[in-house]
Order: sequence, then structure tokens, then C-alpha cells
Amino acid sequence: MTTTPRWRALTQHHLFWPVAVLIVLLLINVPFTPGFFSIKMTDGHLYGSLVSIVLFGSPLILVAVGMTLVIATGGIDLSVGAVVAITGALTCSYISDQADQDSLSGVFLAMGIGLVAAVVCGLWNGFLVARMGIQPIIATLIIMVAGRGVAQLITDGQIITINSEPYKLIGGGYWLTLPFSIFVVAAVVAVTVALTRRTALGLLVESVGGNAEASRLVGIRSLRIKIMVYVFCALCAGIAGLMISSNTSAADGNNAGLWIELDAILAVVIGGTSLLGGRFSIGGTVVGALVIQTLTTTIYTIGVPTQTNLVFKAAVVIVVCLLQSPKFRTKVFGGKFGGKFGSGSGAKGGGTSAATPADTAPTTAAAPKMEVS
Amino acid sequence: MSTTAQPPQAQNSRKTTTGTNGSTASKAARLLGDRRLPVVVTATLFLVMYLVGLGRYQNFGFGEPQVFLNLFIDNGYLLVAAVGATFVILSGGIDLSVGSVIGFTTMLTAWLVEKQGLPIVVVIPIALGVGAFGGFLMGYVIHNFEIQPFIVTLAGLFLFRGLCLVISKESIAIDDSSVSSMAQAQAQLGVGFLSIGAIIALVVLAVAFYVLHYTRFGRRVYAIGGNEHSAMLMGLPQGGTKIAVYTVSGFCSALAGLLFTLYIQSGDPLHATGMELDAIAAVVIGGTLLTGGSGYVLGTLFGVLVLGLIKSIIQFEGTLSSWWTKIATGVLLCAFILIQRAMTARKKT
Repeated sequence: MTTTPRWRALTQHHLFWPVAVLIVLLLINVPFTPGFFSIKMTDGHLYGSLVSIVLFGSPLILVAVGMTLVIATGGIDLSVGAVVAITGALTCSYISDQADQDSLSGVFLAMGIGLVAAVVCGLWNGFLVARMGIQPIIATLIIMVAGRGVAQLITDGQIITINSEPYKLIGGGYWLTLPFSIFVVAAVVAVTVALTRRTALGLLVESVGGNAEASRLVGIRSLRIKIMVYVFCALCAGIAGLMISSNTSAADGNNAGLWIELDAILAVVIGGTSLLGGRFSIGGTVVGALVIQTLTTTIYTIGVPTQTNLVFKAAVVIVVCLLQSPKFRTKVFGGKFGGKFGSGSGAKGGGTSAATPADTAPTTAAAPKMEVS
Repeated sequence: MSTTAQPPQAQNSRKTTTGTNGSTASKAARLLGDRRLPVVVTATLFLVMYLVGLGRYQNFGFGEPQVFLNLFIDNGYLLVAAVGATFVILSGGIDLSVGSVIGFTTMLTAWLVEKQGLPIVVVIPIALGVGAFGGFLMGYVIHNFEIQPFIVTLAGLFLFRGLCLVISKESIAIDDSSVSSMAQAQAQLGVGFLSIGAIIALVVLAVAFYVLHYTRFGRRVYAIGGNEHSAMLMGLPQGGTKIAVYTVSGFCSALAGLLFTLYIQSGDPLHATGMELDAIAAVVIGGTLLTGGSGYVLGTLFGVLVLGLIKSIIQFEGTLSSWWTKIATGVLLCAFILIQRAMTARKKT
């Protein structure tokens, strides 16, 4: 590899591959949609493909950011889709019961109720995972299965439609010429980044994900950290639920947030966070979510039948996972293909897979786990 | 606890019921560690639910033998899918692609029969082959590239659901006479009848029972699920077994898809959405440990029957709405996971 150190440093940055994929996807659109990158100002609102990608991607970014922290602790949260549905259902049914749906206090109260329900779901997940020691996939499966039933129970099996101007703002409104949801997402991402990277919280989350037992022995309250990330994830899903129901002005217990957990996990994985836990990248996740949304948009714009959307997503999942697999890289590229893409996957020995010699060999990406000394 | 311990085959539980108070705690603990306990609990639960149903809806014909047989007719496809999922979960893996493969099979079958005019006898092996091959591919990737099963089968979920939609966005009704005659065929049992689908499901269950408990392959599945590393050190072909397990699951899903096609006589891209969760729930409620290595395929039968009974009780109730099925499934899932947890915690000490 005759590359300059600077170029190598660039390609080894953990955001390089996700961003590269995003840029390629965006560029693919250009020949099909003239003026893809242009942004027009109409009626005081900014319109354009880029704006709509961010707008439609907002709920996914939120859910994926929450999911990132859960995955960083070595867990997974399958219940986010159901939490989206429950939050939307509660909020909308409360608003629809009010005489004046435009009353600000009523809307705030409704949103509060919805978010409290989300937090309760998160606490429940965290309790099962951290306190009872149940595998995260299974623990969160419970709300995934039952949650949609609860959401339908709340809406009485109907799709509740509402007509509330203030509530419309969150998911479908504009503020300072931009979709309001972009500000919500930006705020959540900023707070998350600040909390995890400006305080020790991110380090603690990573150490719990790296080795929960060791971090407990070191004195980190790993139980509390775990519960916290599930609550945070559910809260993010709750906000996404508000956004989705606000955008459609309706609560659909059956379909709101359907499969969003899968998209969110996908976004996290594309963003370079290892599913084994131990390290995470919020920036990567945001880019990952944008990649997924852009992929969806691209499929629309280049005229491929939209129903193939899922096939493309499957292809992306497989390619990303294969590239993250040290074993695949060893087999196919002979271990020469370095880069930090998929940082840390496979680094954790003693996982479910047996540590074969090939596993420990040339995993260039597998930097040593953070040692807790 | 001791009230549920009435299985004829569980010898140590018999002792517990007659035990003195002094050692009840340790005996209860031993009972809790008995692998058969979850199956017994599920079977008891089924019995209790059935009796409650009898009590409430006796006058509406709940006691008819056919109502019981309908459990098999209406849930045959779920039973087949759950049997496949049992193999995967016993081996310590998970298969999220079940529902999609079922949906894809209904779509493929309907499309081949209706749009391409192929006879159903030709279509059946094609559908089964495609399902098994899909499972094989997933197993291959999981084993050879050491990617978590959950994410690979998630890709499978996307892929097959997408392929459904690629075949057609619209649902395809099947009017083919041979299919409908197959669907309507009944086996008289004296007190009632079973459909072909139900009989196939029971045959699949019997085969799975034999394979898991009486063949080398079955032992390998348990061994790998119990401790993959030890299994490898013992020289078991863990790679081949893992791939085979996912192939079995793919095959079972495709077969479940065929039964579902017979049951519903159409192909629809949204058929069986989320059925992987029903299948997993049935396996868990049936007492198979999600960490792998412990469980019985007969438990899966009871899991499916319990889920089916919830549905039919809700039908008899009339006033309850179908979303209660989901809630009840979730609550049961939760209860059984907690039982499992108590058992595994016991084993560690």
C-alpha cells in the first residue's frame, strides 16, 4: 500500500467508510435527479432532497442513537418499535380526548404521558436485563411482542387521528425555515455526545460493554449503567414515536415504527459500532441512519421498484457485516485489508464463537480492548 | 411449586410432594433445577386453560373434540415453524427469518401455480428447496464468517420479505383445483377430523422428536447449544451441525409456508409478518432454554397449543379483541423467561 500517512490516517478514521458510502449513495442520485443537491426556499421553508432525507430520517436517527448506547453495553433493544407505537398511541389518544386539541398545556401533558410510558418500558427492559440477567434479545422481545398489543389496546384497535396544530410541529412543522424535527434530533444528539464524550459516562458505558463483570469489580455500577442505557434508548424511541405520530397526525398501534428496530440496528452497525459492545460512535450511527434513509430515497429516485427496498437493505446488511467480520477479511483479502471499519468486532475473545487461530490472527482492526486497570 | 409437579415420569418431583417441611427448600430447589419442569408447567397451563375454557364456554360447544382438533388445524404451520426454531434455539442460535421465509413461500407457491401454471407437485419441492437453501446460506455465513446469527438472519428477514414484494406487490389468490382439493382433504378420526396440514405438522413433530433425541445429529445440536467450545474440543463437527441446524430451520419455515398457503389459499407479501416471534415465543413457552442446550421439542408442541388456545378462547369470548393475543403472549413469554432464569441461576451454584 503506497499511500501517504495522511491518506492512511483518513481511511482509518472510524467515520471514513460510513461517510464514503453515504457520499457515493448521494452521488448516485445526481444523474437521476437533476439538482439533487439544490435546496430551494419556498414559502419561507427550505425544500430539497437533502432536507427531506434528514426530515424523514429523523425518527430513525433518534432511535438509532439510543440503540447505539444499548449496543455499546453489549445489549440490544428490540422493543423500540413497540415503544414508538405505545408513545404515539398514548399521546394521540390523550390529545384526541381533549375539547381543545390546540391547547398548549394539553399537548405538553400528552407528550409527557407518552414519554413517561416510554421510560417505564425502558425501566422494565433494564430491570430484566440488568437485575434479572436475562439476555437482552429475549428481555426486549417481551415488549416487542406485547407492546403492539398494548398500543392497540390504548387506541382501541382504531387508528386515532388528531388535529392539533402545536403537536403537528414536532414531526411535520417548520421552524427557522427548517423542519422542526431536525432541531429535536440535533438537540438529542448534542446532549448525548456531550454526556458521553465530555463526561466519563461514555467511558463507563464502554467499559460495561467491554466486560461487565470486570467493570463491576473495578467499582463501576454496571447495573445502573445498563438500566440507564435502556431507559435512554426507550426515551429516544418515545420521542421518535411523538415525531412519527405527529407527522402523520395519527396513531397506528399496528404499523407505527414497524421494523424500526431493525433499521436502527442496521444504522448502528453501518456506523461502525460493534454488536459485541465495548465501543461506540454516535457520529457513525447518525451517518449510518442517514445512509439508510438515503438508500431508501435513492431507490425511489432511480426508479427501481420501491418494493426492492428491502432486498437492497438485506444486501447492505450482509456486505457491512461481512466487511466487519475479521474472518471474512482474512479469508478474502488475506488480512491485507486494514482500516478501522468495523472497529473492534471480533476483538472480544470468549464470545459465543470459539476462538480459532484464524480468529486471533490478523485482525488489524481489533485494537486492544480498553483495559480497566 | 409442588402443585404443578404431577408428571408420571418425573421421579424426584414425586418425592417432593411427600417431603417433610424440613427439607422442602432444598427439594424445591432441586425440583426447580429439573429440566422437565418447564414442559410440565406448560402442559399444566394448557390443561388449566382448557378446563377454564370448558367451564366458561361449555354451552357454546367448547367441549367438542373438533374444537381441540382445530388447534392443530389452525396452528399446524406455526407448529412446523416452531419445530424448526427449536433446532436453532437448542443449538444456541436464533432465526429471525422464519416469518419472512413463510411469507415468501406463500408468494412463490401462489406465483408459480397461478402465474406460471406449474402443477403443485412440482412447486412443492421447489419451495422446500429454496427455503432449505436460504437456511443453508445463512448458516454458512454464520459459521464461516463468525457473524452473529441474529444479524445474519435479520438480513435474511429483509431479503425474503423483499423478494416477496419483488414477485408481486399484490396478493395472489390460488384457484387451482388440485391445491384446493388438497386443502380440503380431511382425515376422519371418528370424533372429528384433521386437515392434511395438521397431519403433516404432527409428522414433522414426530420426526423432529426422533432426530433430536435418538440420533447423533440431535446430540450434537444439544452439545453445541450446551457449550460450543467444549463441543469443539470433543471433536464434534460444530460447523456442519450449525449449518445443518439453520438448513433445517429454513426447510421447516418453507414447509410451514406451504401449509400456510394451503390454510389460507393465497400468497400475500405481508403474510406471516412477525411470525418468527410467535415461533420463538412458542419455543420459549415450551420450556427450551434460549441459551441453548436444554429443552424438548414436545414442549414446543405445548407452547404452540397454548398460543393456539389463547386465540380460540379469545374467539369464544367474542368481546375480547385480537390484540389481547399479543398481550397474553407477551405476558406468558415473560413468565416463562423468568422461570428459565430461576432454573439457570439454580444450575450455576
